[in-house]
Amino acid sequence: MGKERNIMRRLWRRWDTRLCLLVIAVYCCAAVYGEVVYQVNRLTDQTPSYNQVHETSRYVPPAFVRVFAKASQPAGQPLYPLGSDNLGRDVLQRLVQGARIAFHVGIITSLIAIPLGVILGCLGGYFGGKTDSLVVWLCATAASMPGLLFILAIAMVVGQGLLGVYLGIGLTTWVSVCRNVRAEVIKHRGRAYVQAAQVLGYSQARIMFRHILPNVTHIILIAFSIRFPASVATEVFISFLGIGVQGEPSWGIMINNARLRLWQGVWWEMTFVTLAIFALVLAFNHLADALRDLLDPALRTEQV
Amino acid sequence: MVPTTLGVLVLTFLLFHVVGGSPAEVVLGKNATAESLAAFDARYGYDKPLLCGNWNAVRALGLTPRERLVQRGDSDFHRVPIAYSLSAGTYRVTAGRVLLGLSENATGLTDEAMLDGPAPLTFSVREGWKAVTLEVGGALPPEIRLEKRTGGYFDSQFVHYSRALLTGDFGISTEYNLPVMRVLKSGVGPSLALTVPILLGGTLIGVMLGLLCAAWRGGLADKAVLILSTVLMSVNYVVWVLAGQFLLAFKLRLFPIWGFESAAYLVLPVLIGIVSGLGRDVRFFRAAILDEVYKPYVRTAQAKGLSGCRIMVRHVLRNSLIPIVTYVSLSIPFLFTGSLMLESFFGIPGLGNVSLNAIHSSDMAVVRAVVIIGALLYQGVNLLTDLCYAWLDPRVRLG
Repeated sequence: MGKERNIMRRLWRRWDTRLCLLVIAVYCCAAVYGEVVYQVNRLTDQTPSYNQVHETSRYVPPAFVRVFAKASQPAGQPLYPLGSDNLGRDVLQRLVQGARIAFHVGIITSLIAIPLGVILGCLGGYFGGKTDSLVVWLCATAASMPGLLFILAIAMVVGQGLLGVYLGIGLTTWVSVCRNVRAEVIKHRGRAYVQAAQVLGYSQARIMFRHILPNVTHIILIAFSIRFPASVATEVFISFLGIGVQGEPSWGIMINNARLRLWQGVWWEMTFVTLAIFALVLAFNHLADALRDLLDPALRTEQV
Repeated sequence: MVPTTLGVLVLTFLLFHVVGGSPAEVVLGKNATAESLAAFDARYGYDKPLLCGNWNAVRALGLTPRERLVQRGDSDFHRVPIAYSLSAGTYRVTAGRVLLGLSENATGLTDEAMLDGPAPLTFSVREGWKAVTLEVGGALPPEIRLEKRTGGYFDSQFVHYSRALLTGDFGISTEYNLPVMRVLKSGVGPSLALTVPILLGGTLIGVMLGLLCAAWRGGLADKAVLILSTVLMSVNYVVWVLAGQFLLAFKLRLFPIWGFESAAYLVLPVLIGIVSGLGRDVRFFRAAILDEVYKPYVRTAQAKGLSGCRIMVRHVLRNSLIPIVTYVSLSIPFLFTGSLMLESFFGIPGLGNVSLNAIHSSDMAVVRAVVIIGALLYQGVNLLTDLCYAWLDPRVRLG
């Protein structure tokens, strides 16, 4: 655990990675808040406020634009800090719900892809021989599937909704995790501590998961920091095409909704969704770079 | 390569035939009659067992069997509703006693046949006749299964599927009612017209920027390009397409908005394609080139007094070609499958557009074909890349 704490401290010390951590923390809070709102509405069986239609206040510009233009606030109208969409729904609240969906997708697809990749990689790397051939074959087969199209095909076959998105992304992205873990386990297989554990008669599973795995956790951490933003971006794409989430405001659905109004000069929904996705993905991408530099000297991108 | 091809075959079969459930129900909808579902199955070959078997279930017994009691002589018979007449063939039913109502197709002549025996009971309907009613006598089993005998033990979906793929037959598109190959063939040209310039332009610009970054590593230009490429990478692909179309084509009127009529229509999609991939490319090329920059031969070249430009292009770039070629070759399969978003948003009738439409209309045969072709191309390209290594680096020997 000491190693992880040390990494956090080093990430916190640099101003750029500290900013990334703060941005991600803000999104985390938004996602948790969104989840609470969603669950409360679900349990009390109400239409959530982010899905309520206000016919009288469609296309309200963001609050700061209204202040700037000195437009008066009609009585009884919600505040709309970031404006309202074509049905008078609050863009800010929908953005928060979008963050909820994005975190769902980012976390659940990682929970599918990373354990799958780690277990297969460990098995293949540790045992070698036939097991390894099988793992390599599985990797080669999965890697040759045409990425996005295969994800869409899985989502189509499993049925519309989030489950298809989870499975589609999760089952196609484990390959790189598996390859990295396998390569690292092969390096460790011949080390003295593994031989010592073998001489002591520990079971293969214990050696693999208690002795070797803790030494390759940095790969898992890096994989998560890369997978998360990629999954979020893919989810936006799939939902945008209308194959993903149904009935809930995902960022992809919001973009699709906003794009039709963009031509009429309703710029705010599009702008804020774009910025929301951009900030989260940028923070994660930059953090992933920094993590890679800290943890994996072989993959260093800065100052070689 | 052969095992991987087999893997692709099995994986696509699993995905499209096993996981997906009945394609007939997906395409025809929930309200389709059992007869039309069965006709669909027969037309597209889904009326066979998945892997192997002598018997396969028939849809004719309605989804909710409501039995009606009929008195026949001294015993009770339950009339099992069948959704459509059973055509000629051999059937098997899980019942001990069966009364069949038969009718001859040509004359409309009716006949009855009584079958008795231990369950399951096998009966066959003669050529030119069909079974119209089915009555089950005695105690009613909890579930009545009606199965038809297949053409042979290996007369299965998997065998037919594999055989069809070997002959290059990808089935019939349910949406266009045309052979899939005909549907796809028209899309290859437009897709290539879009993706080849993207690949060439992107690689060229990416390698040049990578070389510049590596030459001035640590400098201001290097840092700026690195930051910019991380930023470019973080903009969602959907946003690139929408923003490009809205700002450049609609607001500034620099390019045509939509269509596929002349080369001018391709400029904007190609630009967007290049820019959206540039961030990732530059970072990769820069890292690949930086791996070489610190090798001793570079110092030797510098000591000989060669110009920096010559060292970077003739020595360093030449040596970092292997990772670069590997990276670029991985995107070659996507030249054919096309770009889903760009094609559908700019109205380019390529393969990406075709596959996106197929996904929206649940046209499994087309999606399956594009997935398989993409996977096979990937493997072919991988093989070519391996052969390419020996040509790029004489130290690599072909085993």
